[in-house]
Amino acid sequence: MSENALAARGVNKSFGSLVVAADVEINLPQGVRYALIGPNGAGKTTLINLMTGMLRPDAGHIFLGDEDITALPPEQRVWRGLVRTFQINSLFPHLTALESVTLAVCERRRVARTWWRPLTAYRSEVDEAYEILSSLMLAPVSHRLTRELAYGQQRLLEIALALATRPKVLLLDEPAAGVPREESQELFTAIAGLSRDITVLFIEHDMELVFRFASRVIVMVGGRVLVEGTPQEIASDPQVRAVYLGKATGKADHG
Amino acid sequence: MTAATVAGPHQYMAEQMRWRWSEIAFWLATLLPFLVAPSYLVLANQVAITALFALSLDLILGFSGIVSLGHAAYFGVGAYAAGLASKWGWGEPLSGLLIAALAAGLLGYVTSFVIARFRHLALIMITLGLGLLLQEAANSASWLTGGFDGLQGIHTWSIFGEFHFDLYGYTAYGYSLSALFLIFLIARRLIYSPFGLALRGIRENGQRMPAIGAATREHIRTIYTIAAIIAGVAGALLAETTETVSLEVLGFQRSADVLVMLILGGTGRLYGGLIGAAVYMVARDQFSGLNPQYWYFWIGLLLIAVVMILPNGILGGLSLLARRLKVPS
Repeated sequence: MSENALAARGVNKSFGSLVVAADVEINLPQGVRYALIGPNGAGKTTLINLMTGMLRPDAGHIFLGDEDITALPPEQRVWRGLVRTFQINSLFPHLTALESVTLAVCERRRVARTWWRPLTAYRSEVDEAYEILSSLMLAPVSHRLTRELAYGQQRLLEIALALATRPKVLLLDEPAAGVPREESQELFTAIAGLSRDITVLFIEHDMELVFRFASRVIVMVGGRVLVEGTPQEIASDPQVRAVYLGKATGKADHG
Repeated sequence: MTAATVAGPHQYMAEQMRWRWSEIAFWLATLLPFLVAPSYLVLANQVAITALFALSLDLILGFSGIVSLGHAAYFGVGAYAAGLASKWGWGEPLSGLLIAALAAGLLGYVTSFVIARFRHLALIMITLGLGLLLQEAANSASWLTGGFDGLQGIHTWSIFGEFHFDLYGYTAYGYSLSALFLIFLIARRLIYSPFGLALRGIRENGQRMPAIGAATREHIRTIYTIAAIIAGVAGALLAETTETVSLEVLGFQRSADVLVMLILGGTGRLYGGLIGAAVYMVARDQFSGLNPQYWYFWIGLLLIAVVMILPNGILGGLSLLARRLKVPS
């Protein structure tokens, strides 16, 4: 029996001679807030792709709870509670926010196959979608087309879509990418407010946000897990300082 | 506050699927040929059949983003199925439609497994290939289809033994229009169902769908089969009302024409295919009267003009105009 919500065991992946994941071992205990950091090209997004089934590992296994999900297609992993968001807005431009989230709720409740009953008959699905939007402060714009929403609102809608699937484990790929600093604080406050039943792992470059919102941090470099620990341990780790934090603080000094 | 200005979620959903006055006016207008242009009922029948065919393409192209250049395959199979049933002694029209729906639906279901695996350009090639394949097969199986000479010996019985198919097309147009309207009602219901929403999701971002737990391929297989059934019924209507089936029902020209009509009218709007079919076929009728050899010249010009000026088709242009003038729809 494992206490882990999500685990990667000896995961390997390479594209030709480029190794993007090398013997990756990750254990995410239930309910923890994890940050995944590392320089560009470290394989962070690739790792999310491998865990959610968008990519197949060359070797190794992915476990959701006790179940080996390595062979499952992406949507079946979603049904079991492993859900992700995307770094670049990947939404439904001509659906309204309400329609998008209702769609995700309908898919979760397995009613998206019924074509003989109108949507208006699915009141509780629509209610649930509206509640999720309200919880992320999107209710006032719920009838707007996605492409007409402000960028920060679109980032929130990404999270709303993920929540509609009732995730057990949520993998957020740079949730605040491209969002102005003041707004990214709000976004992370919303993430921090998520139920403790949800295990969260997020990729983030802003160290201030990482240290503020993560209870543990994983550092990846060159497709490998360099080190894992609490934010304090990571901040004082000489290896991390050498390969990553040095650069990051350097960047922050300029900004 | 905002609650006062923003409609509740249920009101909003109900508003989306409300019957609009323009829709009611449209369907009333379809009755006009009976009253004002009885000499055009034969043409009106062709328009109704083609409109149904275009509606079936709209379900896959306009609502689900599945491009097809071989949709005539299902139209043709439906036409031959109904035609053959009649030739072999069963000319009852309503069950003829059912037989055609079954045949086209079966072919649609089998091919949907291939369709669901591909997108974009690959899909165009596959559907094109499928259409050509089927036409050649029908051509070489002349013992069954009559080959190049067409299927002879079709006789359609009266509807319910009451309505005889006359030369002027009264019964034919009434019959095709009824079929179009009933199937339109089903399609409209489908579009405003959870499944219809999922289809729009596939059209908007097929890659994203698995990440919200959607069984995308299964959805595509379902709608592709439904579209094939409707195309087959359209084909059967043509076979029954004209009492002939020629190889042309399976032809590339038919697949291309229906695509043009749908784009002309506006995709993903339910009515786009109907309007497009009417405009295209009436224009063809008029232009070929003026200048029989060169009517494709005028159609070409019309097509370029519409796509350049109205990128969302005639209906897209109309709704833009209505919004500008703030006319309630």
